Amino acid sequence: MTQTVSRPGAGAHTPLPLDVEAIRADFPILSRTVRDGKRLVYLDSGATSQKPRSVLDAERDFYENHNAAPHRGAHQLAEEATGLYEAARAKIAGFIGAAVEEVVFTRNTTDAVNTVAYALSNAATAKEPSFRRYAVGQGDEIVVTEMEHHANLVPWQQLCERTGATLRWLGLTDDGRLDLSDLDTVVTERTKLVAVTQQSNILGTINPLEPIVARAREVGALVLVDGAQSVPHQPVDVAALGADFLVFSGHKMLGPTGVGVLWGRYDVLDALPPFMTGGSMIEVVRMEGSTFMPPPQRFEAGVPMTAQVVGLGAAVDYLQALGMEKVQAHEEALTAYALEQLQAIPGVTVIGPPDTVARGGAVSFTVEGIHPHDVGQVLDDLGIAVRVGHHCAWPVVRRYGVPATTRATFYVHTGYDDVDALVEGVRAAQRFFGVTPEEATA
Amino acid sequence: MQLQSMYQDIILDHYRNPHGRGLRDPFEAEVHHVNPTCGDEVTLRVHLDGETIADVSYEGMGCSISQASVSAMYDLVVGRSVTDALATGDSFMTLMQSKGDTTVAEGLEDELEDAIAFAGVSKYPARIKCALMSWMALKDASARALAATPAGGQA
Repeated sequence: MTQTVSRPGAGAHTPLPLDVEAIRADFPILSRTVRDGKRLVYLDSGATSQKPRSVLDAERDFYENHNAAPHRGAHQLAEEATGLYEAARAKIAGFIGAAVEEVVFTRNTTDAVNTVAYALSNAATAKEPSFRRYAVGQGDEIVVTEMEHHANLVPWQQLCERTGATLRWLGLTDDGRLDLSDLDTVVTERTKLVAVTQQSNILGTINPLEPIVARAREVGALVLVDGAQSVPHQPVDVAALGADFLVFSGHKMLGPTGVGVLWGRYDVLDALPPFMTGGSMIEVVRMEGSTFMPPPQRFEAGVPMTAQVVGLGAAVDYLQALGMEKVQAHEEALTAYALEQLQAIPGVTVIGPPDTVARGGAVSFTVEGIHPHDVGQVLDDLGIAVRVGHHCAWPVVRRYGVPATTRATFYVHTGYDDVDALVEGVRAAQRFFGVTPEEATA
Repeated sequence: MQLQSMYQDIILDHYRNPHGRGLRDPFEAEVHHVNPTCGDEVTLRVHLDGETIADVSYEGMGCSISQASVSAMYDLVVGRSVTDALATGDSFMTLMQSKGDTTVAEGLEDELEDAIAFAGVSKYPARIKCALMSWMALKDASARALAATPAGGQA
């Protein structure tokens, strides 16, 4: 006799690698209720993750005991703030296998992508010859994919508009994968940079980066990897990646909002001019002109988001204590279960790879006869938080001929009971809107 | 279940059997409005006879609220002057901003007819834009149609 619904981490299925009940106790928000006393079933970590108490405590401790502007001031607090800020940088660098001076703090992934995109156009007009190495101009090409989040698409469109360069892209296959059949004709000697996501925020697809990186190397193009949906959910090592840039957001990996990371190869970062300029990033300032600090400071203008950086350091501690291999295996088990359960509902179509091969825990789907907004509204009424819409990846929904999708995303506190609630919620939506298709009697 | 307060039967009826749907000729203005947070879309045409809205025709895709709203709007505005129709649009906006205050809804019941059924939507901030999209499109299209017919819209 097996009973599955009431136990988050076990039941008739593969036992989950993480102790869901213990982890939930670490997240204060998960103990609140929503919509008239319902348990919060949070399946929207892909938009932003919830924060464990240790992250909240780290931020509070910073403000209560160490608050000062780092890298300025001669007092003890400034020294402590600087120490905490740089210790967090070292921790985050270690998390992705990077050298400390290659980690630049940004506001988020979007900010990190823009920092690179503007550096490439600023390079064209840089006074210093050393900053012109990666200049983008007319005749050059930037390559993206049709799978990108708007954050890794619009900044490149804009770069092309500013510089006269041409935007090209790799398409998608019908089963939600990158179509690499024309890789060699899209990525050419004219390509200056290839920007590609490691894991799609809408399809869940984990992309094969090796052939893309290899082709970019052949033609001398830079590679920027969007890790917003991969770094929080799987082990990522920049040396293994082979790319030039990796960008990700703190708030999607249990950290605070307002902090993200731009990792870049040191020699590449060192050859790039700054995007934002001002305090902190300068070497010498005269009325006639200024010189800039080496990376990472060159790209961190102004007093930084120190408390958030410290909080992100605590988030990395939390994830490392769980183990990123375990986090990945945990989400894979949940994804397999969700795909199986959702696809068993007549009328439900998963948009993205139908199985867990090279796939992460973002499960998008449509329900025949019900718009995703209406699905989301019924789920919300049951206490289930999902995302509906185009997920900042409008070309993707257009490619698959749907106006929008409902998306569930998983994380360390997600259990089988959450997936069961989602599946029951989808059936409730079908009943509510009177579109329950014929059930195959099991 | 809270849901019933938003998804009134009238709304679901309009959603399943929309009134006036389809793009028709003639028209003096056509607009395309989107709700960028979710991808709801409507293409809407206005045909004027003088200052009277002779026809509103539309195509769209989106959630039940956005699609039902354009259907209920069609019933309310065709055959009325642009000024009156837009005044009703302002009343609908007031309803959407009422945060579920039933006294606001009661005061607007006669004017808004079927559209009063959207009162429950006002409790869900994320859905208000869905209900308002078609009214915004009408306002835009009417202004363009009036501008396109400076002689007073003689058809």
